[in-house]
Amino acid sequence: MSPLPLLEWLAATEWSIALHESLWMWPLVESTHVLTLTLFAGTAMLFDLRLTGLALRRMPAADVMARLLPWTRAGFVVMVTTGLLLFYATPVRNYQNIFFRTKMLLMIAAGLNVWLFHRGIYRRVHEWGEAPVPPRPARLAGYASLALWAGVIVCGRLIAYNWFDCDIQPQAAFVNWAAGCPVP
Amino acid sequence: MSGALIMLLPFFEWCEASALGEFIRTSLWLFPAIECVHLLGLVLLGGAVLVVDLRLLGLGLSDHSAQAVGAAAHRLMLMGVGVMLFTGLPLFLSEAVKCYYSDAFWVKITTLVPAILFALTVRRWVWRAEDGRVGRMAQACTALTSLALWFTVAAGGRWIGFS
Repeated sequence: MSPLPLLEWLAATEWSIALHESLWMWPLVESTHVLTLTLFAGTAMLFDLRLTGLALRRMPAADVMARLLPWTRAGFVVMVTTGLLLFYATPVRNYQNIFFRTKMLLMIAAGLNVWLFHRGIYRRVHEWGEAPVPPRPARLAGYASLALWAGVIVCGRLIAYNWFDCDIQPQAAFVNWAAGCPVP
Repeated sequence: MSGALIMLLPFFEWCEASALGEFIRTSLWLFPAIECVHLLGLVLLGGAVLVVDLRLLGLGLSDHSAQAVGAAAHRLMLMGVGVMLFTGLPLFLSEAVKCYYSDAFWVKITTLVPAILFALTVRRWVWRAEDGRVGRMAQACTALTSLALWFTVAAGGRWIGFS
């Protein structure tokens, strides 16, 4: 079942319209979303760089993780809160945006990567945590995380561009299919 | 824009008319593509700045000395600044006149210079100092100054797009 009717209802709610049309609120929420990247993605990136052996080599990986994770988590909470508000401001437009859709898929992949890392090589961190360059599975998890979050950030930035929006036609059939555009 | 700055308007017009500025402006995807790299640079720079300022506040990687954290993050910070300047300059060239009339741009650019200088001087002396030679209060003030400077640069930068 398509969530479109629900999103159309959401878009018509008073607060959604107010947020969408506000002179200050929307830019403030958007700026908070972007600037909090330094806290969320910045600290996550440092841990990923430690995993790949590219930086912070002299600090035990488990230490870096334990000390940075609360900050990454705090950043994530702000990212999700402001992100939900931004989605709520233009729900239909976001839902039918291929960059938004790609971003969500990449975030799921990034989450899976975290889960696999914790179920796998991280369980034996006491064996390799002091090594300047961690073993291959840990390095791969680090590189995958760096690439996936970079993709999330790039897609997030591109949501603002309307190149492939449903109201801009004609588009390639693939674009309309990927964006879920109801095309005659 | 007021006073003496009006003298700079021809320079901004010249920047906007430059070949690189023109090239980016006439491309559909070049500006967004450079913006994306600028944003990734923000993460690199922001992460490297934050981890040292947090340490100076006694937070984050506090198992390690400020010296160790500062040394590990310094090169990342320089790379972050490098990416930001390398991508920020072409973005500026493509819309220099708009920037001239944007208050956010002037806030950003006039804070950027002290932010970089502060990071390369006072803040570096503070994290490089032997343990205990700089008091906790002085460390905290350094960190808060750094955070305030970089926050202003970043917020000003984001706001150029809204003006």
